[in-house]
Amino acid sequence: MLSEFGYILLFIITAIVFTAVILFVAKLLRPNRPNVEKLTTYESGEEPDGNANVRFNIRFYVIALLFVLFDLELVFLFPWATVFGNETLNNSTDGLWGWFAIVEMFIFVGILILGLAYAWIKGHLDWVRPEVQEPQFKSPVPISKYEAINKKYS
Amino acid sequence: MELTSTVFTAKAIYVGVIFAITLGVAAYSTYFERIFAAFFQDRVGPDRAGPFGILQPLADAVKMFMKEDFIPANSSKWLFILGPCLSMFTALMTSAVIPFGDTIDLGNGVKFDLQGIDVNIGILWVFGIVSLGVYGILVGGWASNNKYSLLGAIRAASQNISYELAMGLSIISILMMTGSLSTKAIVEAQQNGHWNILYQPVGFILFIICAFAECNRTPFDLPECETELIGGYHTEYSSMKLGFYLFAEYINMFVSGAVMATLYFGGYDYPFYETVVNSFGENVANLIGFGALIGKALFFVFVFMWVRWTLPRFRYDQLMNLGWTGLIPIAMFNVVWTGLIILLPAEFNLSSWASIGVAIAGIPVLIVGLFIYHSIAGGKKKKTALAR
Repeated sequence: MLSEFGYILLFIITAIVFTAVILFVAKLLRPNRPNVEKLTTYESGEEPDGNANVRFNIRFYVIALLFVLFDLELVFLFPWATVFGNETLNNSTDGLWGWFAIVEMFIFVGILILGLAYAWIKGHLDWVRPEVQEPQFKSPVPISKYEAINKKYS
Repeated sequence: MELTSTVFTAKAIYVGVIFAITLGVAAYSTYFERIFAAFFQDRVGPDRAGPFGILQPLADAVKMFMKEDFIPANSSKWLFILGPCLSMFTALMTSAVIPFGDTIDLGNGVKFDLQGIDVNIGILWVFGIVSLGVYGILVGGWASNNKYSLLGAIRAASQNISYELAMGLSIISILMMTGSLSTKAIVEAQQNGHWNILYQPVGFILFIICAFAECNRTPFDLPECETELIGGYHTEYSSMKLGFYLFAEYINMFVSGAVMATLYFGGYDYPFYETVVNSFGENVANLIGFGALIGKALFFVFVFMWVRWTLPRFRYDQLMNLGWTGLIPIAMFNVVWTGLIILLPAEFNLSSWASIGVAIAGIPVLIVGLFIYHSIAGGKKKKTALAR
């Protein structure tokens, strides 16, 4: 007799076989006539400029670090949530268990909220945005003229 | 031995049926997505393949099979193939633990569970597989060796992990109500109309927002935002591999709809269950329950499409702000408030109506809290803006 986790294996095998078969059938059916132009990297019709492994925004790393922190918190919360409303524990402690558990978790979550608030205030959650440079150009047409046009056609 | 093999055969058939249902629903979601899009934009939509265009998904499938598939010369070939396969695989795996219905009596005393696997970690399984889903996009986008793909993949990863936190916290509120990680136990705790939506209105709103973000649907479809990133992570993909990515998205939509129905809308529970059992027997009643769950899931798929043509896309910093400084604090508030929902009525020996009252009282408390926060922080922002 397969245990329930055995059926998980059945599911996994079925899913893998399904994807493999579909890809294989597609490979048999489709034409394959590659040429140099087709195999270049797409870059809006231009010649590709260098490798794609470029530097990107540092904020993504910070988000990933913060995520690890809060995901660990979630891992601790899962077992807590399952015993929080436990009837036997609650009855044997005369209803005190629930209040004890919630106060305890409030302290734990509170410390983590402090961490989030720290990151927030320090600006680690603010996305780096490009600085908008104000144009140096002075138009000979006064701004009031533009406003009058906007007013006329709005 | 006889009994074991019967159950095994039934299970094997059931696995096939679940796959067929998810795939069929996903295929026809693409058709209905276009039909609804056409309706919202006042045009005709697909109407050529078959009557009312109902053979459109088949035509699409044939096209996916027949198109040429090229792998860019600069890409990492195996990872490039692995990416969409991982996406498809994780999308298919999630439906394993969803309880599609109650038990069916097969005769000879053999009871058959209308659930792929009833493991005691059901919801953790969903949560874990959904988190794995980001690897499909990340691997595919990185392996393409294309700047647009890389940016799309990183955006997807960052967005998914950010919204996973709020999603996990809203699931924790559900677990506090039920005290079990098993999806079956969660559904059974909601029978006879005690749906979790009544006790967890804030949690549901959080969950549906996070589901949109996890499925990369509008208004959170920044990983494949055409105006900025061409095609996002699937810029370099074509043919069946592209089909896998698109298909995985629709499967994820259906599965997240089913998960929402399971967690918040009573799963296979429906009104007048007792009457149906008395007049038609349990098997018929449970089969209607199966239909009820599919119906609820399809309704959520419709909501996904509806929102797509209603809300415009976020900007990336708005998205991150919403996830980190909006949803996570609200989700933490919801966890604490759920504790009160459970403890206060128990303390004063009140009925479940009192729990619902406390749950609804949470919404004004939340709004007032947000308003106070906004008047403090928003005032500061305005001042700094003026100072500049």
